[in-house]
Parts: sequence; structure tokens; C-alpha cells
Amino acid sequence: MANNTKIVVENLNFYYGNDKALKDVSMLIQENKITALIGPSGCGKSTFLRVLNRMNDLIHGTRLEGKVLIDRHDIYSNTTDVVELRKRVGMVFQKSNPFPKSIFDNVAYGSRAHGIRDKTRLTNIVEESLKKAALWDEVKDKLKQPAMDLSGGQQQRLCIARALAINPEIILMDEPASALDPISTAKIEELIRILKEKYTIVIVTHNMQQAARVSDYTGFFLLGELIEFSDTNKIFTSPQDRRTEEYITGRFG
Amino acid sequence: MKGQQIYQQVAFLGLRLSTLIIISVLGLIIWFLGKRGVSALSWEFLTQAPRNGMTEGGIFPALIGTLCLTLGAIIFALPLGVFAAIYLTEYAKQGRLVRIIRLGINNLAGVPSVVFGLFGLAMFVEYLRFGSSILSGSLTLGILILPTIIRASEEALLAIPQTFREASLALGASRWHTIYKAVLPAAIPGILTGAILGIGRAAGETAPIIFTAACFYTPRLPHSIFDQVMALPFHLYVLATEGTHFEKTLPLQYGTALVLLGLVLGINLIAVVIRTRLRRKMRW
Ligand SMILES: Nc1ncnc2c1ncn2[C@@H]1O[C@H](COP(=O)(O)OP(=O)(O)OP(=O)(O)O)[C@@H](O)[C@H]1O
Ligand SMILES: [Mg+2]
Repeated sequence: MANNTKIVVENLNFYYGNDKALKDVSMLIQENKITALIGPSGCGKSTFLRVLNRMNDLIHGTRLEGKVLIDRHDIYSNTTDVVELRKRVGMVFQKSNPFPKSIFDNVAYGSRAHGIRDKTRLTNIVEESLKKAALWDEVKDKLKQPAMDLSGGQQQRLCIARALAINPEIILMDEPASALDPISTAKIEELIRILKEKYTIVIVTHNMQQAARVSDYTGFFLLGELIEFSDTNKIFTSPQDRRTEEYITGRFG
Repeated sequence: MKGQQIYQQVAFLGLRLSTLIIISVLGLIIWFLGKRGVSALSWEFLTQAPRNGMTEGGIFPALIGTLCLTLGAIIFALPLGVFAAIYLTEYAKQGRLVRIIRLGINNLAGVPSVVFGLFGLAMFVEYLRFGSSILSGSLTLGILILPTIIRASEEALLAIPQTFREASLALGASRWHTIYKAVLPAAIPGILTGAILGIGRAAGETAPIIFTAACFYTPRLPHSIFDQVMALPFHLYVLATEGTHFEKTLPLQYGTALVLLGLVLGINLIAVVIRTRLRRKMRW
């Protein structure tokens, strides 16, 4: 492909105990593009996303076969520093999950964890990240207030700001707008489009229009298999697989 | 339908009755002690040493002694217990070894307190040559309340949503940073509960300190952790079992019991207030 490939997934199998959640998945994810993952509930989208920042390591009894390369480096090799990996691969979760701390402390959390103590530097990072996440104007006067007091949509944007603050190269988003109203959703979609300039984004969504609107590439998962993966345009106008077509047209069982 | 409603009503009645019985027993104890002990209470009683073969005067040295012992126990047991709980819930691989350790801790909680007293005597007083002292007594009481603190801390840590840990780790925080900055602060209210229970128990125990810290009588206040002290529960025990002056010291006994009860309830109350405050700040 003409673009730079950021992530290479090759023949990936993933197991929860004996249950195979991902079956022989291969995918090339392009730098500075938005890749959307769609598919019915339970098909393995979140599992796939969590493979990319090794979040599944936290779950006991999981096992992985195959290769996952980021910038040509195998992230599952013994020499990979998981903490370093997660600094480069940020994640926004399906349910917004701010810490029970102030807005400021939430956004500054990652930077502090990486050893940044300087107050002015932290203040700059927090302001910049909140601006990038289109939340600054709403919270600039109450940075000391608990993050839990924000609305659901604001909390999700706070979590995006928190992820941006560590300046990752890749951002994984697991249905970032699923629990939000249309206005908040539109804000987040707008945000994602802007973020693409600087970041490589992989986003899981249940919303077909959303995938069609924001993404450059789309992958359709079904029962742990990647059925089809190509340009978003192609997927939505001329899907190659009958199951893809059935799913995106809503005729799926 | 009808039968179910009756069933439900009977169940609620039973629950209400049990609560009522528990509350009345507690109320009865307080009322009983209050009625008989309140006459002995005075500023002198709280601030003076016993006089005249302990038939007159106050309980000041015993009060100070109990405060020292309890404080020492909690200083020793709280960090140790919290670290143990962190290790068991956050770090240790959940397997047979951890199950055995948990079983051991739970069994430790069921060991009679006099056994701890004997252990403290052998270990701290004699083997480590700390003598009968605040240090020995605090360590013994500390071990006694360790299981309570570990268990409460473990429960508090397990109650923290996994999403906090995931959020922190996903930001490239190390495991220790995650525990220290994301998990532990949220668990503090629950851990305090363990500390409260521990303090209450440490302040009230007699058997563990008889051999390790308490002395019969001393008007002198402790100057170092190697001094022996008087302690409220032991003082009460001495007054109540001393044959000759038994009748004469009866008001003093009730007074002492009332102070001990008030002390424990007071400490609990403070901790409950701190906990509620933190909870309000920490809600998620
Ligand atoms: N922690 C876990 N332990 C065991 N099995 C799991 C775990 N998480 C997910 N699974 C299983 O793996 C499969 C894929 O789950 P996954 O969460 O990846 O689906 P998903 O596509 O994200 O679904 P949704 O759209 O509902 O979020 C499911 O069958 C699920 O039951
Ligand atoms: Mg999911």
C-alpha cells in the first residue's frame, strides 16, 4: 500500500481460557488514518483493540498466537516494555472512567506517572490536552472540581484529553460515543477527524453511519473472524462479502 | 401471591426484631454503665493517679497507657496489614499459595487473645529482651489486630472497580504507580474501617497485655517505649478481682469501664466521620 503501515497484525488467534475469541485475524493499520471496527456484539472487537495495547495481559488465562507489530517491532516479544508500549498506544474506553480526582489531576495523571513534576509544564499539558479534546472552554474555570461532577459526554471527552496528554502515537477508542447524545457524539466525531492529523486512530463502533462518516478504513468482524477489511467507501458501497452487506444494511439476524 | 406477602412480612418482622434486640443490648450496656459510673466521673478522675491503695483518685496513668499501647499497635499493624493486603490482592498470583496464606490469616483471627499474650511474652519480652513494656505490648496487640486490618483492606481493595486499574495502566503508569495513585486512595475509606475495628479491639483487650506491658500500679507516666504502663482494661480487671477493697472501689470500676467504653466509641466516631468525609469526596 502507498501509505505507511503503522500496525501489522498477522494470523492472530486469541483465547480466553479455551474459548477462541479471535480467529486468524490479519490486518494492516495505516498511519494517520482512522480505522473503524464494526460487527455484532461479542464478535471480538474489544478483544482485538485490547490486543493492541496488551490490555488483555491483565485478564488471567488469556493466550495469544500470531504476530502484532507496531513500527515493525513485535509488541509481544520478551523485550517489549509494556509500560513504554502503553505510553505510545493510548486508549479510550467504552464506558468513560475518570478517576475520583479533580479534572486537572485526571488529565495530569499520565504525565505525573511518567515522572513529570514541574507545575507549569503540567499546567500547559493539561490546558493543551483539554483544548484538543474540545473541553477547555467548558471546564477552564473549574479544574479543581471533581471529574465525577461532569456530564457523561464531558467525562468521555475528559478521558480523551487524559489519553492525549501522554502524547501517544496511536489512539484506540472503544465505542467512545455509545452512551452519548447526538450533540456530544457530533463533537467527538469532529474531534476524531481533527486528531487524525497527528495520530493513528482505531475506533470500535456500533454505529454504521459513524463508521462511514469518520473512518478511512473499515473492518467487519463476525464471531471472531475478520470477514472483510478495506476502504470505508468500498465497504459501504460495494461490500465483497454477503455477510458484510447484510450487516451494514441492517438485515443481519 | 397472598402467601408470598405474608412470608415477606414475617421475614421483615424478623429482621426488624433482630436489629431491635442488638440495639437494646448495646443501649442497656451503656445505660447500665452510665448510671453507675457517672458518679465517679470528674476532672480529677481523668487527670490524677490512683491513691490510697487504688481505692481513691483517678485513672490518668491507665488512660495514657492505653492510648500509648493502642497507638503503638496501630502504627505497627496498619502499614504492615495494608502492605500485606496489597500484595495479596494486587501482586500475588492468585493460586494455592495465596489461598493458604488467606486461610492462615483467617485462622489467626480466631486464635484466643491469651495465646497472643503468651506469644508476646516469649517473643518480645524474653527472646527480643524488650521486657514488659509499651513496645512489647504494642507489638503483641498489633499482631492481634493484623488479621482484621488485612481482611478489611483486602475487601476495600477488591471493591475498587477494575476500570480504575485499566485506566491507569492504559496511560502508561507502572503497576506500583497504579496501586499507589489510583487504587489505594479510593480504598482508604474501607481501609479505615479495618483500622477502626482494630483500634477498638486493641484498646479493650486485657489478656495480651497482662504479660507484655501492663503493670499493677505506677503513678509514673511512661518516658520511653521500654517503660511499663498501666492500662484501662487491666486496671479494671485488677480493681474488680482484688478481694479486700472490692466493694469500696465499685464506683471506680464503673467509672473506669465507662471511660474505656467512651474512649473506644469516641475513636470509632472520629474514624467514622473521617471515613464519611472521604467517601463523599471519593465517590465514583
Ligand atoms: N474477560 C473475558 N473473559 C472471558 N471471555 C471474554 C472476556 N471478555 C470477552 N470475552 C468473550 O470474548 C468474545 C468477544 O468479546 P468482545 O468483548 O471482544 O466483543 P465485542 O465485539 O467488543 O462486543 P460488544 O460490541 O458487545 O462490546 C465474547 O464471546 C466474550 O464473551
Ligand atoms: Mg466491546
